[in-house]
Amino acid sequence: MNKKIRIVIAKPGLDGHDRGAKYIARALKDAGYEVIYTGIRQTPESIVATAIQEDVDFVGLSLLSGAHNELFPRVVNLLKEQEAGEIIVFGGGVIPEEDLNFLKEKGVQAIFRPGAPISDVISFIKSKTGSTAA
Amino acid sequence: MDLVNKIRTGNTRAIAKAISLIENETREKEELIDSIHPFTGNAFVIGVTGPPGAGKSTIVDRFIQFERDRNKKIAVIAVDPSSPFSGGAILGDRLRMQTHATDPGVFIRSMASRGHLGGISTATAGALTIFDAAGFDTIIIETIGVGQTEVEVIEMADLILLTLVPGMGDEIQAMKAGIMEIADLFLVNKCDIDGADRLKSEIEYMLMLGSEQNKASLPPIKLASAKNNTGTEELYSSIFERLNLFKNSGLLASRRKIRIQKEIEHIFASKLKELLYIKLNMEENIGLWIERVYNREIRPYNFVNKKMMELTKENVL
Repeated sequence: MNKKIRIVIAKPGLDGHDRGAKYIARALKDAGYEVIYTGIRQTPESIVATAIQEDVDFVGLSLLSGAHNELFPRVVNLLKEQEAGEIIVFGGGVIPEEDLNFLKEKGVQAIFRPGAPISDVISFIKSKTGSTAA
Repeated sequence: MDLVNKIRTGNTRAIAKAISLIENETREKEELIDSIHPFTGNAFVIGVTGPPGAGKSTIVDRFIQFERDRNKKIAVIAVDPSSPFSGGAILGDRLRMQTHATDPGVFIRSMASRGHLGGISTATAGALTIFDAAGFDTIIIETIGVGQTEVEVIEMADLILLTLVPGMGDEIQAMKAGIMEIADLFLVNKCDIDGADRLKSEIEYMLMLGSEQNKASLPPIKLASAKNNTGTEELYSSIFERLNLFKNSGLLASRRKIRIQKEIEHIFASKLKELLYIKLNMEENIGLWIERVYNREIRPYNFVNKKMMELTKENVL
């Protein structure tokens, strides 16, 4: 048995600023995770289809356009609808503090805002996988 | 097995989980592969290989569309390298194929090489078996960006498409052996770039040099631009013409038998290794043996031969 943690990093919505997403993809690779990178302008449907085909453990969403309150919960719901509710969704980007509780309630398990160190993301993943190994 | 039935009905989640079982070297792997084995052998397997940046993913994206236009189900296994340091990977091939992400007739699976050299991953063969049993008409293996010697895809595919780009004329010379020899079809991609025709004649020249055959039996060389979608449909048709040729000439069957031979050899080798490691108590003893060879107390071949003799006497081997 040689289980690897697999993570989709995706950008839903219409903004084309993918620097953050690429940065996190690279950092997660360096931390030993297998990262599936889908690029910009993905629909929640395509992100969920990707997550299921790739059999990932996590979906990381990056968004800077302000549509997080619609798109992040949509991904969570679609995963549940397709019997893949155990896949953990987290998000990052320019997300105002007052939206954090709403997103948590909707099932987005963590939000990383600008300035959050990458080590926070990795600790979050480790806490959810219950192991120190990638 | 419930999982097998689900795979055979093409259930996406079951297929995805089954590939993970194989990829993660779980105990269920052997039984799973054996149970689906009777239902395989129907899919055409196309290997797409070539150096990094040659446009492999973009050409695969075009193929997906052509296959879907003909109402065929297609699966893609896209391999990218794992980091030798962290073991992590960025799998970005499907980035170019995301327009097909929600099409139920398309299944794209990214795989990290996980330390395997040769341009594919250890689990690629297993993933092929799953897709085959799941009823996909065509399966494409997109290798990692290869150099000269990563030719292992030939052990998996019915046909190899080698994708090259202009501006690497000198490299063609260096690539004469290895990767250039496994191609059943050459694609000069990005043919709008200067030097595409020259590259084509260089490949032609190289093929003629190495072969006593007449020109007609040599692998075709096609020019296309995957990005602009020119020449791609012609390339697509010639791939299937070629496959049909292989099928009728018996080459397809003999290739598939070689594939089976490799598989059987591989299973034997890994089982034998496993057995040896247990019987020799390798983990515990190897440190001591290293020291003794290092200090020149024992000689490597002599030592191993002795150990093998002991195992034979004990009827282990």
